[in-house]
Amino acid sequence: MEPIHTHISRQYNAELDEIRSRVLQMGGLVEQQIEQALDALIKGNTATGEAVIMNDTQVNKMEVTIDEECNQIIARRQPAASDLRLVVAVIKTITDLERIGDEAEKIARMAVQLAGEERPKNNYAEIQTLGNHVRQMLHDTLDAFARLDIEAAVRIAREDIKVDQKYEGTMRQLITYMMEDPRTISRVLNVIWAARALERIGDHACNICEYIIYLVKGKDVRHTSLDQVEKEILGKINP
Amino acid sequence: MGPDMQTANAAKTTGDRAPRTGTGGLAEAGTRLKAQVRNLNFYYGNVHALKNINLEIAEKRVTALIGPSGCGKTTYLRCFNRMHDLYVDNRYEGEIVLRPDGLNIIGKGVDPIEVRMRISMVFQKPNPFPKSIYENVAYGLRVRGVRKRSIVDEKVEQALQAAALWDEVKDRLHGLAFNLSGGQQQRLCIARALATDPEILLFDEPTSALDPIATARIEELVHELKQRVTIIIVTHNMQQAARVSDYTAFMYLGEVVEFSGTDTIFTNPSKKQTEDYITGRYG
Repeated sequence: MEPIHTHISRQYNAELDEIRSRVLQMGGLVEQQIEQALDALIKGNTATGEAVIMNDTQVNKMEVTIDEECNQIIARRQPAASDLRLVVAVIKTITDLERIGDEAEKIARMAVQLAGEERPKNNYAEIQTLGNHVRQMLHDTLDAFARLDIEAAVRIAREDIKVDQKYEGTMRQLITYMMEDPRTISRVLNVIWAARALERIGDHACNICEYIIYLVKGKDVRHTSLDQVEKEILGKINP
Repeated sequence: MGPDMQTANAAKTTGDRAPRTGTGGLAEAGTRLKAQVRNLNFYYGNVHALKNINLEIAEKRVTALIGPSGCGKTTYLRCFNRMHDLYVDNRYEGEIVLRPDGLNIIGKGVDPIEVRMRISMVFQKPNPFPKSIYENVAYGLRVRGVRKRSIVDEKVEQALQAAALWDEVKDRLHGLAFNLSGGQQQRLCIARALATDPEILLFDEPTSALDPIATARIEELVHELKQRVTIIIVTHNMQQAARVSDYTAFMYLGEVVEFSGTDTIFTNPSKKQTEDYITGRYG
């Protein structure tokens, strides 16, 4: 991450760079949590699942610390313009990252419960695909945050549509399993919870992309259609 | 001057609409123009201090001028009540048109005393006259030829009330103005400026010599006063501009770099120079 701040006060530069890099650190940890939670689910590894549950407190602590640093900057520096937008975007981003952490923890809990049960023949292939997709989405989101890349942010937001489609496909498949063999209901319900958690992670990544656009362009694109965002922010018109 | 300003300048206005701002700052509905500055240039002898300024001032709103020292904020403000007339080498070009009557303040043949009755100024350091509190406020009225005691009394009270000073001084109206605190003296100067019922009040760094509490009082006062007068304020304190103004103009090297709604300037300015200044990046 390149330092982007060139204030007269070098201390202020350092403070702003600090919150930016801490967001990326927190993002890295959350990414790792998702990866391990999926690993625990797919390999039936209880120890990894429990480690993820434990590490969630780490994610929560980071949220509180970064929040406090942002409060200090607001109180002491009265940031304006892009600095203000950075602080606001960071405060919002860490809330979503913390929720992503919670979703990873949920997946880990499901993994621990499912570890003791019979494994399906496809070894949770549908969860693997969905999981890899959202993990990549989060990875790219953090990358876009580091590089303040709004084109990437819009592209990633579009990915969420595909994630939603995959999630619906997975749901249909899982419902079919339950209908075919009602003995699988309790196990499949846990899988459904995991799939739902992954779908939510995609939504949170999408929110972070909106904050990146706000940070760079000063435009609030929440509750705006993607076509509209592309037209206004990137100047692209879809055929 | 950006393209938006150019457009603003080219438009013929009647004063029935809100001021055009640079980018983004959508003017509120129902706001009217109080003054239009068109192609204003100002020279201190050979020094070209203001360069082709075009700006629209909204009626009964607060317009803040910000910018680094020497950028022309005070020079610009002083054009509004012809303070520069005191030196022969100073020269104005362009026009500052008051609405609704269309008087060009800096036009030839316009009496500066009459302009100053309509446009009052409050300075950086409180500067009451070495007279009583009462006489300070009554001064403008006397210059205007108001002699009747009951009218002067009434106007003095009204002005002191409007300047939020009445309760503190009503029992010592004939005491010396110098015995008031700095913040009170500044409010007395505001009362003095208000006594002649001006249409525009000019504030040149009105709180830079005051403590935070006196500053907050003046800021609160600015907020109340805009119900009745148009206010233009020059300030070095950007947070103050953000707190008190509705519109903000950022000036640099004698030019208006950006003019917009205050909410836009402080969250999403469109020019890099503005951004650099308000975020403290100026080297």
